Amino acid sequence: MTTVLLGSISRLVTVTVDGRELRVPEGATILDVLRDRGVETPTLCWAPNLTPINACRVCMVEVEGSRVLVPSCARKVEDGMVVRTDTEKVRHSRRMVLELLASSVDMDQASTDVQRWMVEYGVDPARYGPPAPPEDDRAGHRVGHHHAPDGSTAANVAQPVKVDNDLYVRDYARCILCYKCVKACGTDAQFTFAISAAGRGFDAHIATEYDGELPDSACVYCGNCIGVCPTGALKSVREHELREDGDWRPEEQTVTTTICSFCGVGCNLELHVQQGSIVNVTSPSDHDVTHGHLCIKGRFGFQHVQNLPDA
Amino acid sequence: MDLHLSTAEPTEAERRAVDSAFAAHRSPDDVPGADVRFPDSGHAARARRHILLPALHAVMDAVGHLTPGALNHLARVLSVPPADVYGVATFYAMFSVTPRAPHVVHVCDDVACAPAGAEAIIAGLAEDLGEEGEGKEACWVRSPCLGLCERAPAAMLQLAGRPDVSVAPAAIGGLRAELDRIATEEPGEPNRVPAADAAFADATVSVPQAGQPQLTLLRRVGVVDPESIDDYRAHGGYEALRRAVALGPERVIREVSDASLTGRGGAAFPTGVKWDGVARAPSRPHYLVCNADESEPGTFKDRVLMEYDPFGLIEAMTIAGYATGCERGYLYIRGEYPLATRRLEHAIATARAHGYLGADMAGDGFTFDIELRRGAGAYICGEETALLNSIEGHRGEPRNKPPFPSTSGLFGKPTVINNVETLYNVLPVLAVGGEAFAKVGGGRSTGTKLFCVSGAVGTPGVYEVDFGTTLGELLELAGGVRGELRAVLLGGAAGGFVLPDGLDLPLTLEGSREIGATLGSGVVLALDTQADLTGTLRRIAAFFRDESCGQCVPCRVGTVRQEEALARLTRGAPKGPELTLLDDLARVMQDASICGLGQTAPAAVMSALKLGLL
Ligand SMILES: Cc1cc2nc3c(=O)[nH]c(=O)nc-3n(C[C@H](O)[C@H](O)[C@H](O)COP(=O)(O)O)c2cc1C
Ligand code: SF4
Ligand code: SF4
Ligand code: SF4
Ligand code: FES
Ligand code: FES
Repeated sequence: MTTVLLGSISRLVTVTVDGRELRVPEGATILDVLRDRGVETPTLCWAPNLTPINACRVCMVEVEGSRVLVPSCARKVEDGMVVRTDTEKVRHSRRMVLELLASSVDMDQASTDVQRWMVEYGVDPARYGPPAPPEDDRAGHRVGHHHAPDGSTAANVAQPVKVDNDLYVRDYARCILCYKCVKACGTDAQFTFAISAAGRGFDAHIATEYDGELPDSACVYCGNCIGVCPTGALKSVREHELREDGDWRPEEQTVTTTICSFCGVGCNLELHVQQGSIVNVTSPSDHDVTHGHLCIKGRFGFQHVQNLPDA
Repeated sequence: MDLHLSTAEPTEAERRAVDSAFAAHRSPDDVPGADVRFPDSGHAARARRHILLPALHAVMDAVGHLTPGALNHLARVLSVPPADVYGVATFYAMFSVTPRAPHVVHVCDDVACAPAGAEAIIAGLAEDLGEEGEGKEACWVRSPCLGLCERAPAAMLQLAGRPDVSVAPAAIGGLRAELDRIATEEPGEPNRVPAADAAFADATVSVPQAGQPQLTLLRRVGVVDPESIDDYRAHGGYEALRRAVALGPERVIREVSDASLTGRGGAAFPTGVKWDGVARAPSRPHYLVCNADESEPGTFKDRVLMEYDPFGLIEAMTIAGYATGCERGYLYIRGEYPLATRRLEHAIATARAHGYLGADMAGDGFTFDIELRRGAGAYICGEETALLNSIEGHRGEPRNKPPFPSTSGLFGKPTVINNVETLYNVLPVLAVGGEAFAKVGGGRSTGTKLFCVSGAVGTPGVYEVDFGTTLGELLELAGGVRGELRAVLLGGAAGGFVLPDGLDLPLTLEGSREIGATLGSGVVLALDTQADLTGTLRRIAAFFRDESCGQCVPCRVGTVRQEEALARLTRGAPKGPELTLLDDLARVMQDASICGLGQTAPAAVMSALKLGLL
């Protein structure tokens, strides 16, 4: 995992961003610079606690001398680099990436930032036609083959929610294939490698081996994939049930910070409490012990601290 | 990392298949003769992840599909997480993780084969075997271009327990006979493969110019015995290597630079610059990769070179390795090229036996060897960084650039990647010298160029012409257009169309760029007024959707939306909104896709729209 700490790098290079000349630390990404200067840049597959993945392509900027746009989250600054963030080309690509996602994935539970970007960039997913009906077995599609569409509906990833264990659900109708969960489960945090991208193209999807159930996989239920998922595709069973019942009330939730009492590592926990009961546990991505990642005990082991009638 | 394995066990046949892949594909640093299968051995085993693709092939070749037992076994012996093994296995069209008939007929229904009767073949097979992908002993599936367009319609038989064979031109009668024969023969019966390959004995079917004295790249095609190193030497073989060793690595690179040789794989990058970069790279070892994944619809030039002059590629790779300081070259060949694969395997083994590959070759103190790797049905693996991932045993997803392969390529080391035709060009560069080479053609377009002419022409095939020859002259060379010309698809699915009034186009990088087209991989597909242009465009759109790796949004979803919009247009939907939509899609795909696949996916469709062909 690489967290670029702007302060700790000493050599400076000169870049021009939207006409302003800046002295910035060598080794920083363009996005680091933009965030540091308060230039809002939409991101989906980037996270402060993960190595840049560079898959969603929503963070694109123009760099002089490059024929195509450049992913700000992954490209490092170079001396003399001239970056533009507010051009027609940039706005068009960002709008289209968000629009293509919204036309194929259920984005309703994505963050308020994402919702706002969709409005600001003028996203209109309806122009691709009504969504095609959900499919039970998207994983069964044969690689490199599809039935020729007639264009009357827009293909999408709608499918049933996978509920196969007591701790978290996988609602891949909301999956934008940002690979964050794969990285969190693998080399960026957990080193469990329970999930991978499988299939190809529009049929590519996140899967355990053989598209099997989680209890049959390597998963250790650390929930670090949940922690990084930007669209609500992965969430705790508790949250899933509350949402299903129409009882999910984020505006009423309070967040209490504490330290996990299960072992001596000292992970910061944020307890999300709704109506007097814990509904989720997270950890801040900038915490230097956890970098946002926890284990099964910290993430899910909270039943004993609350006197739920049915617990 | 603790691997979580299931209890599924491989069969004896699967175990043997995996063992054979291990024996054949050692790691660069493996001690010769050592047993490299030590299960659960951490780093050492993980460093062999590159055996994953060959091992998956070996199981497919033996059994016909990939069972949980086989995948679990692979995860164990390679120390690769089972989810990753599954992710890789499900990336390739030639693999099946669900039970499937052991014998699969891949029928090409792409741009050149569709007008040549592919649907009739499919109808016949459907009658015999049932729906696509179904059938007990044998089944059929549709395939993108099989790289046999000069012999359209084409089919490829992927057979368990027997060598695969290409059948082209294919007819339902011939395919039925072939399937009957497979059903009744003993596996390993000696005469079947030569019988199928015999259809390729006459080189003039693929290279109508074969034997003509003016040829450079194709000069040995149809002239030399592709299975004899002595005959190769009798036809000038290994003279270029001798000359290279006499000149020394730096001079070789200078000759290539002086020749202004540009890459023939589509991107037209100067080869000398690439070689120089790797030669100077401080990190070691250096690797050479030959990109023989040729899967652009309408392209078959590399296949023809490899089938009819395989030693030429081995010699050219050896020179490239010598010049850039590589001791190992990987030859990544498209999985659907069985004959070229057999010829190259034979050529590599023969060259090795004669001291032309291996340690201290010909007593010159220079070590170089070649490993052949088969792709498994994924156009994207022709993209250079996807190809590297594929060799390393990862999903064939392109990498983020920079870093470029010349600094961080295969296994993170400085890597030269060149197209097959580019490498063949090194032989004439050394024969006549860089400056003389550059006298043919001009500008960045020096030397001769191979074009894959197919479709509505008198004699389809690979043609070698000087850069600067006009499109019209090339079509004349190929026997002229059959019927009345409607348009030429130039550069392949990632290229664009030229109308009959544009036939005076000089075939150079500069000339094609001027009209907003590209020579790409040298595709020249002639479409006459009978041709179903809409069908062609829809096939191209479907191709990109099928072949997108799925990594980035503009391409993964954009190719789907493009195909849908095209479908609505052909059903007569109002043009205005669809054209706006296609234009919006084209821009995001071109500007924001990670790799060339997404960036060029809208090219042909937009070109057709611009020229009013739709
Ligand atoms: C989608 C895609 C497919 C490609 N397929 C091939 C191929 O089959 N063969 C090839 O030589 N280059 C192919 N290329 C180009 C390679 O990325 C690379 O530029 C080339 O192998 C470099 O060799 P050259 O400099 O000798 O041309 C492909 C590129 C893209 C984007
Ligand atoms: S819960 Fe943890 S182990 Fe399980 S898939 Fe998510 S990240 Fe991997
Ligand atoms: S499940 Fe969530 S984190 Fe994983 S790829 Fe999908 S959207 Fe990204
Ligand atoms: S452009 Fe297409 S093929 Fe290339 S990386 Fe993106 S999704 Fe994959
Ligand atoms: S945030 Fe940069 S590519 Fe996704
Ligand atoms: S082999 Fe069928 S189109 Fe090329």
